Amino acid sequence: MAKARTFLWRGGVGAVFTVVLLPMLAVMYLSFFDQEVVSFPPDGYTLRWYVNAWEQREFSRGFVNSLQLAVVATVIGVTLGTAAAYALVRARLPARGFVNTLLMGPLAVPGVVLGTALYVMFVQIDDAIDFQIVATLPGLIAAHVLLTVPWTVRLVAASLAGLHPAAEEAAADLGARPWTVFRRVTLPMMRSGVVAGALFSFIQSFENLELTLLLVGPGRSTLPVAMLNYLEFRVDPTLAAVATVQIVMIGALMLITDRFVNLSRVVS
Amino acid sequence: MTNLVIDGLRRTYGATVAVDRVDLEVAQGELVALLGPSGCGKTTTLRMVAGFVQPTAGRVLIGGTDVTQAPPYGRDTAMVFQGYALFPHMTVAENVGFGLEMRKIARPERETRITEALRLVRLDGYAERRISQLSGGQQQRVALARALVVNPGVFLLDEPLSNLDARLRAEVRVEIRALQQRLGLTTLFVTHDQEEALTMADRLVVMDRGRVRQIGSPEELYERPADIFVASFLGRCNILSGVLEAPGSFRAGGLLLPSAGERPRGPAALAVRPERIDIRPDGGCLPGRLTMVTYLGGMTEFHLETPAGPVLVTKPTPAQGDPLRALVAGDTVHLDWHNSFGRLLGIEPEGDLP
Repeated sequence: MAKARTFLWRGGVGAVFTVVLLPMLAVMYLSFFDQEVVSFPPDGYTLRWYVNAWEQREFSRGFVNSLQLAVVATVIGVTLGTAAAYALVRARLPARGFVNTLLMGPLAVPGVVLGTALYVMFVQIDDAIDFQIVATLPGLIAAHVLLTVPWTVRLVAASLAGLHPAAEEAAADLGARPWTVFRRVTLPMMRSGVVAGALFSFIQSFENLELTLLLVGPGRSTLPVAMLNYLEFRVDPTLAAVATVQIVMIGALMLITDRFVNLSRVVS
Repeated sequence: MTNLVIDGLRRTYGATVAVDRVDLEVAQGELVALLGPSGCGKTTTLRMVAGFVQPTAGRVLIGGTDVTQAPPYGRDTAMVFQGYALFPHMTVAENVGFGLEMRKIARPERETRITEALRLVRLDGYAERRISQLSGGQQQRVALARALVVNPGVFLLDEPLSNLDARLRAEVRVEIRALQQRLGLTTLFVTHDQEEALTMADRLVVMDRGRVRQIGSPEELYERPADIFVASFLGRCNILSGVLEAPGSFRAGGLLLPSAGERPRGPAALAVRPERIDIRPDGGCLPGRLTMVTYLGGMTEFHLETPAGPVLVTKPTPAQGDPLRALVAGDTVHLDWHNSFGRLLGIEPEGDLP
């Protein structure tokens, strides 16, 4: 009986992992197929799609654009989000619940809707004060900050909520001024939340398509947009190769991060 | 010379009065314990001294300077917190050195003082350990060292022993007291444990519902409690209610009981400590029937039912052959005590405060 239950449990866990991992493994597998139109079984295996991806100027340019965008949006979003999370948890704000919901808002709105709304707003601002935001890099960064803030607020607030304010009081009692208390005690104690927030923010921004698609300027395509453009004309495993590189990169990023902070502690 | 003066301190939260009209002076080198049940305002008082809570009214003076408006970092206090509140991301030495660093003390001197403080709490050799590698007792000593190392004008302790097991608690109690006396620290100590307060403090402040009930030495409070709250909170006490008919004649349960002290005639309470009562076969002032005899090793407790109400008597466990030894539940005995051990106090209805 107990044995059967263990078996069922393990089988269930295995099934869940399979469902989660299978698409990723399938993409990685596909990227080595030696034929333009994917069919099974493959005719053979090749690395030429990786070579092709490398040779596409749109992809390398898109990669650099995405990287810049994600880094800047993450730095801004994590700074603002950390400050917001600190205020939400520690200060007794009058409209705490409302502010929290507002900050989480972007997570609940579909990217296309958010992108359209922002586009319309940017055009309106353009009309009103003759200041161009549509199709500019600052405009796109501002939009991506909307993606990074909720993740940071969520994760930093979670890591802060578990910390007793007594350590901060002890620091103040020993002569530390408020800014010193924050820098020397609060910030290090919520480090894992901040790092996890930064990681998730980066991933969100880096692989965002819907929002970016509506706000990106000509010649500034990010990697996901470049991939979509490619897909309009050709369907070959090149995209699978690009996706594989992304999966490996993000996986590596998570593993490295996990070595410095215990991610599972914050995320769960 | 650093003394602490608390003058008319009051703190309200909405309609709730947490602390009301607390006046207290702690002399240089004195250890005063704030004692009371939870919610009596003792911790709020301590936090107002440290600067974490702003008083609604009143003043706090440290070494003659009014610090009521000063932030925590602007006060010459150091506090040992209930949960220690150590910095988990720093080593033991970094924790202890934090206050020195904030006081801009140069590194060489800082290191000397850290080493010295760690030796003081018997943690030499632990400087580079992480906090998570220490036991509860060791963490407690780091918290002590961190506060002591800055040589504070006023040393504050917020139930520092409540997270330790009973044996360690008794040990650390003696250590803290010895350190405090050796360093001559002006100390305010918050506890709900009366034994802790009695053994450590020069003077006790018994608080209840935001007010000070009585201030005095442990002996004063135990032997001469001001009211039935203090009498029953500090140690165990039999409180017999009755009527004072004339000076010296207190009647409870229809019997005249030995009493001392001046009070207006009328309803009164008689406080008698359980160890002051004698048990006799006959001829005492109060007959009683034993309901339970509890053997506690060195002491034995006798629970009795009397016409004046239930009474507890504690005696050093009688030797074999002593007639007391033979007493069992159901036996009838007589109780008696010297006049001076029967302390007359007022009867206060619940909720009434002087």
